[in-house]
Amino acid sequence: MAAQLRAVRARIRAVKSISKITRAQELIAASRIIRAQQRSRAAQPYARELTRAVEAVVSRSSSLDHPLVTEPQSVSRAAVLILTSDGGFAGAFNANVLRETARLRQREQERGVEAVPYVAGRKGIAWHRFRNIEIAQEWSGFSVRPGYRNAEEVSEALLEAYSRPSEDGGVDEIYLVSTEFVSMLTQRPAVRRLLPMEIEERTGEPPTGPLPQYEFEPSPDKVLDALLPQYVASRIFYAMLESAASELASRRRAMKAATDNANDLLNRLTREANNARQAEITQEISEIVGGANALAEASAGSE
Amino acid sequence: MHVELLVPDRELWSGEAGLVIAKTLDGDIGVLTDHAPVFGILAEGSLVRIRDVPGQEGPADAVRAAVSGGFLSVSDNRVSILAARAQLGSEIDAGAVRSDLDAAVAEAGSQAAAEESPEARYARAQLRAAGEQT
Repeated sequence: MAAQLRAVRARIRAVKSISKITRAQELIAASRIIRAQQRSRAAQPYARELTRAVEAVVSRSSSLDHPLVTEPQSVSRAAVLILTSDGGFAGAFNANVLRETARLRQREQERGVEAVPYVAGRKGIAWHRFRNIEIAQEWSGFSVRPGYRNAEEVSEALLEAYSRPSEDGGVDEIYLVSTEFVSMLTQRPAVRRLLPMEIEERTGEPPTGPLPQYEFEPSPDKVLDALLPQYVASRIFYAMLESAASELASRRRAMKAATDNANDLLNRLTREANNARQAEITQEISEIVGGANALAEASAGSE
Repeated sequence: MHVELLVPDRELWSGEAGLVIAKTLDGDIGVLTDHAPVFGILAEGSLVRIRDVPGQEGPADAVRAAVSGGFLSVSDNRVSILAARAQLGSEIDAGAVRSDLDAAVAEAGSQAAAEESPEARYARAQLRAAGEQT
């Protein structure tokens, strides 16, 4: 009986410290989300202006024959950039992204296209290693706080692969799998094609009005040459920021659930411990009473 | 007209101005109110100057900034300057930039090669933006 009480008390101590840890994780994530959201809001003007400019160039010159905008004749290899987190404790965050990746890989295979993974984030890297899937290139260490330099590094690697023909280890298309931050409660994994470029379909009237008829210096082709790498880097940067905010939101939710569960468990264990303690006391009393009775009977018999 | 100076992670500066002077690959361009839509690539490591009142020569620049990997977009009395890297003259630490420049020059090997390196050009532009001698 005493052994059982000791065991339950040890578990209570363990669960208590777990709930403290998950509670701390929850609070850390909650405070970081705000900053992550601010960062992604601060990055919006640049991304918006760049997108507008690219749209203006591309729509102006429909005859444009630029490798970054024209559909390739045949596609045999496609790069897939996967944004995952470095740390765990984030619920289904990584699982969702990786499931979407697996689906994309399947679709590409059915088309006869080989998907070449480019992975950012330790969790994604580990996932691919475990399944013996070869990774073309990997980055890690910035999932919660991505810098523009990180995005540039990734985009340089992708554009380098894109500039080579697929027979030579290059790729014909670039996809991006990342998590969109819809709200604090909803984050959605999404697959988007980065290159060749698709001007995103807007529903309804574009908020910025008709695109201006720009004059280009020095020439539309040159402008596009300089613009598109920046555009790709900016798209990746923005996706990284959203992914960071999503990761934190996901972690906050997962840690809140873990804290709640730990507290429930704590209640149950406390009750169990009280039960065990009471049982112990009851047993001791009945032993004492039994002993006293036996003594009384013995002395009564001798008289 | 409204001018904004944007880098990927934030808005560096925005406000009303009368004149923007920048250097594109084709040469210097001055943008006044009601300028026709233009989209240009800015010269690597160049200076962008924003003034309140056009036509006045002298040190009346409201904002001087060094930019690297930048674009200039003008439409509907809005001027957007987008740059991979940019720094306002007032925020530049000349000492740190000088050591950056020395490092870039040392890396390039000779002074002649350093003229072409984007790092060195950006460092020089930063010094110019801060009003230092280069």
